[in-house]
Amino acid sequence: MQSKMATTYLYTRYERFWHWLQMALIIILLVTGFEIHGAFKWLGFQTAVKVHNYAGITWLIAFAFFVFWVFTTGEWKQYIPTTKKMFEVIRYYAYGIFRGESHPFPKRKEAKHNPLQRLVYLNLAAILLPIQMITGFLYWGYNSWAEWGIPGFTLAVVAWIHMAGAFAIFTFIIVHVYMTTTGHTILAHTKAMITGWEDVDESVEIEDWERAEYKAKA
Amino acid sequence: MLKIFKIIMACLILAMAAGAYASQAKVPEAPGRTMAKQATQSAKLWITADHSQHEALKKPFTSGSEVTATCLSCHTEAEKQLHQTIHWTWNAGPNENGVQMGKSAYSLNNFCISANNQQDKGCLSCHPGWGKKTESTNCLVCHGSKEINWEESFEDLNAFRADAEEDPELKELADEIQAEIQLAVQSVSRPTRQNCGSCHFYGGGGDGVKHGDLDSSMFKPNKALDVHMGTDGQNFDCVRCHTTNQHNIAGRIYTTPAYTDRKSLIEDDLTSKITCESCHSSTPHKSGSKANDHTDKVACQSCHIPTFARVNPTKMSWDWSTSGKKKDGKPYKNKGAFGKHDYLSIKGSMKWEKNLKPEYFWFNGSVKSLTATDPIDPSGVVALSHPVGDSKDANSRIYPFKVHRGVQPYDKVHKTLLTPMLSGPKGYWSTLDWQVALDSGAKSLGLPFSGEFDFVETTYVYPTTHMVAPKDNVVACTECHIRSESRLTNLAGFYMPGRDDAGLIDTLGWFMVLGALVGVSLHGIGRIFTNGNKKK
Repeated sequence: MQSKMATTYLYTRYERFWHWLQMALIIILLVTGFEIHGAFKWLGFQTAVKVHNYAGITWLIAFAFFVFWVFTTGEWKQYIPTTKKMFEVIRYYAYGIFRGESHPFPKRKEAKHNPLQRLVYLNLAAILLPIQMITGFLYWGYNSWAEWGIPGFTLAVVAWIHMAGAFAIFTFIIVHVYMTTTGHTILAHTKAMITGWEDVDESVEIEDWERAEYKAKA
Repeated sequence: MLKIFKIIMACLILAMAAGAYASQAKVPEAPGRTMAKQATQSAKLWITADHSQHEALKKPFTSGSEVTATCLSCHTEAEKQLHQTIHWTWNAGPNENGVQMGKSAYSLNNFCISANNQQDKGCLSCHPGWGKKTESTNCLVCHGSKEINWEESFEDLNAFRADAEEDPELKELADEIQAEIQLAVQSVSRPTRQNCGSCHFYGGGGDGVKHGDLDSSMFKPNKALDVHMGTDGQNFDCVRCHTTNQHNIAGRIYTTPAYTDRKSLIEDDLTSKITCESCHSSTPHKSGSKANDHTDKVACQSCHIPTFARVNPTKMSWDWSTSGKKKDGKPYKNKGAFGKHDYLSIKGSMKWEKNLKPEYFWFNGSVKSLTATDPIDPSGVVALSHPVGDSKDANSRIYPFKVHRGVQPYDKVHKTLLTPMLSGPKGYWSTLDWQVALDSGAKSLGLPFSGEFDFVETTYVYPTTHMVAPKDNVVACTECHIRSESRLTNLAGFYMPGRDDAGLIDTLGWFMVLGALVGVSLHGIGRIFTNGNKKK
């Protein structure tokens, strides 16, 4: 099969800004969070707590903008989960990639995420990050629980859920960063997230259902 | 699009800047300090009576009771009030089992064990009477600002006076002593550190024996030793915080708490000043400070008294079981660290230490103490006194204590602690015979003694609340919030960030992270070897 590369504008300015802000905040939160948890000593407990709190509150505010963006632009449709082509994508990363095959699901402006990404990003944005935000906020507001009228929690449970979430995000980042190297060059995907322009293989036809507009029309 | 982006950016930056500003904003001083300064700002207490001007105090005195009678001629209710207080009765009232508590009752410690019915008149040197008698009150023990040996002075005065007719020299001496007595009688003041300290700094019969935070270094401490009492700082007397109500002095912690509610003077201007909160409020630190979030669970003392016995050593343990040894057939003493005895034949072995980190317990203000009638379990360490509190109790705080460890006799049959008679002809100090001393001690309290005894380990606690260090010398976050060697290692039943791990979640979490690393590494190596990522 002949590949036909074309440059497409995939990521808008806000989306890229959000991605890198997210990255910076997650790194800050992970590092300070694990220091608070006693994994290592770097900034010092007190500074780590302070930085973690500021980064956490900043995150909450920034996430509100993301939610606004994802709904007003209709980008939420890119996160609708599907099992179609799921097997092909898994097969590709487990096998085809070693054989030099083309990705079964090339990116399109209106279909940025393959089925695996849809599932992972939806879980991240709709479950994991909200859990972190809720437990993080509760942890931060620990002294006000009585005032807020939230009974029945103990700090231990909140802390444990927050820790489990942190490990999940840490694991995601390792895999996510590695996956960025699987483009047609090692840095192709990274470059795209900086400039917005990605080289995509147009030789593979994508189907209607894969397009974000499709659901809206249906 | 660009416009929207700019607006969003501006909002974000504004939000972050607002947060940063709130934390950076210069507050000149923590509100708790400002409040405390306002509460105590008039350092000079205005007093409307100069006792040296009172005619009643200018007459010659020949006995202590004459002095007291003179005081009471104006202060008509003072003695009645005093005689109701624990300072006079040494009785703390009944505990929940109806057993009378206090030094004059069935309370015990692991120093000289029991004070009740001892024949040692030395105990009475701390009683506010005249000489070693309990008959009448000596107001000037607490209210006299002149140091004088009353017993000797009156004895000498009366002896010289008797022979003064014959010997003019003796008359002169007698006049001199009378002048001294009159000066002392006229030097009336509110109790000073000298008055309180002459007993309380020497509890247990020596400097710093009992309390780790009260010893002779507190007569004239510097600011570094006690930020409130420091002579180069606020220079507080004891009664600045230990306020009184009809001669009852705030701050006693025995069966009943020293305070039941934590109110600041803003909430109740007649509240006692015995808690830190009274003057500093419950959120004394700068607004937004994490330390303010601690005050619902951690007592101020826990962070602000990093170590106790910072100048003089304090006794940390006393093992009665090793007593009775002799050298060349005679009882002996041995001096150890800090020039303090570490062995005495009549007392056993003891340990003195300095600059000690307190032990921490949940504390609601009450101490549960055993009495000579309570059954014990001799198989373990017996908590002779222990703080009452729980992490789930809203009135409890993590509070610092000196824990004095003892080894003392108990009755093997009745399973109770024993109260040896120490002084007097049948006392252990003259006989070195436990059987006789224990029998005599039990009889003096009307308690049974089976005749069979052994020794048991005990602990006795002292709340640490004095020797508050200046704000630069506080316990750092990581002395508690740390995985290993946390000051709060022994406190269980609640989650503490930094100190506690997440157990299985941590193990599984790291397993997942490492798994992901290994997975992507293998995948990457696979791609390099198959070269599959490159298009042919």
